[in-house]
Amino acid sequence: MSLTLGHFLSVGAILFALSVIGIFLNRKNLIVLLMAIELMLLAVNMNFVAFSHFLGDMHGQVFVFFILTVAAAESAIGLAILVLLFRAKSSIGVEELNTLKG
Amino acid sequence: MDYQTGFFYLFAAVLLFAAYRVVTAHNPVHAVLYLMLSFSQAAALWLLLKAEFLGLTLVLVYLGAVMVLFLFVVMMLDIKLDDDRWGFWQNFPLAAALGALVAVEIIAVLWVGFPTVTGEGIAAVPANYSNTKELGKLLYTEYLYPIEVAAVILLVAMFAAIALTLRQRKDSKAIDPGLQVKVRASDRLVVLPMTATQKAAPVALSNEEGQA
Repeated sequence: MSLTLGHFLSVGAILFALSVIGIFLNRKNLIVLLMAIELMLLAVNMNFVAFSHFLGDMHGQVFVFFILTVAAAESAIGLAILVLLFRAKSSIGVEELNTLKG
Repeated sequence: MDYQTGFFYLFAAVLLFAAYRVVTAHNPVHAVLYLMLSFSQAAALWLLLKAEFLGLTLVLVYLGAVMVLFLFVVMMLDIKLDDDRWGFWQNFPLAAALGALVAVEIIAVLWVGFPTVTGEGIAAVPANYSNTKELGKLLYTEYLYPIEVAAVILLVAMFAAIALTLRQRKDSKAIDPGLQVKVRASDRLVVLPMTATQKAAPVALSNEEGQA
């Protein structure tokens, strides 16, 4: 049984589901939330590359390129905000982020 | 089963195991290290799909830069490892069931939608085919404007990250050059009008002090 498009799409789907579970379970840990988002983007990129290969269209790989760019920018700014949050609160616990609550 | 299929199952198994450990790891440093493992396995899978440029970019940019940034931040912040982790394993069965449902549904839809797409129909590439060259041709002709926008996004992200985390030191003795230039002599030295001399008061007991 040779490899088909479905194999790679299944890997992407399971990866996506795992990162959704990660967001459910680690909702109190901002760093692991950021990592789960990175995993989600990786799952989407996996689908793009698989489609690009099996349908013989390079445009999918170009899109992965742009997703990687935006993901790098997002993680840099997210980590900068985490550092700021830690300076202000001396912790990054989500349960202490309630200053906007009336 | 050819060797490509074997490698696919190996990489996919390690990738999914590493992703599971990212989600469930107790220590965030371990989570970052497992995330690096999963990215490297994804890069290997992309190499199987003949996307060499993107696979190598994933290793260089993600493993080399972004994950090291994560590691720095995780080690810099003082993260309390709360041992109880309220509700993690209590919520795990529900989350696992929901995740399995999501995965099964996506896989079912995709298997039905793309059942017969195999690698057979793809034309064999010539020996001097370069994935990087093809990607570059596309990027710098059809996608020229988007790639410039992407460059601007990266620049803005760099400015934002620096501006967010930059702070003035409280004990710094640096002086604002503008204030230095603006200063005038009249701000520094004020001459008060006073009478030049005053008659000294008579000093008493000067003789005794002189003798002592």
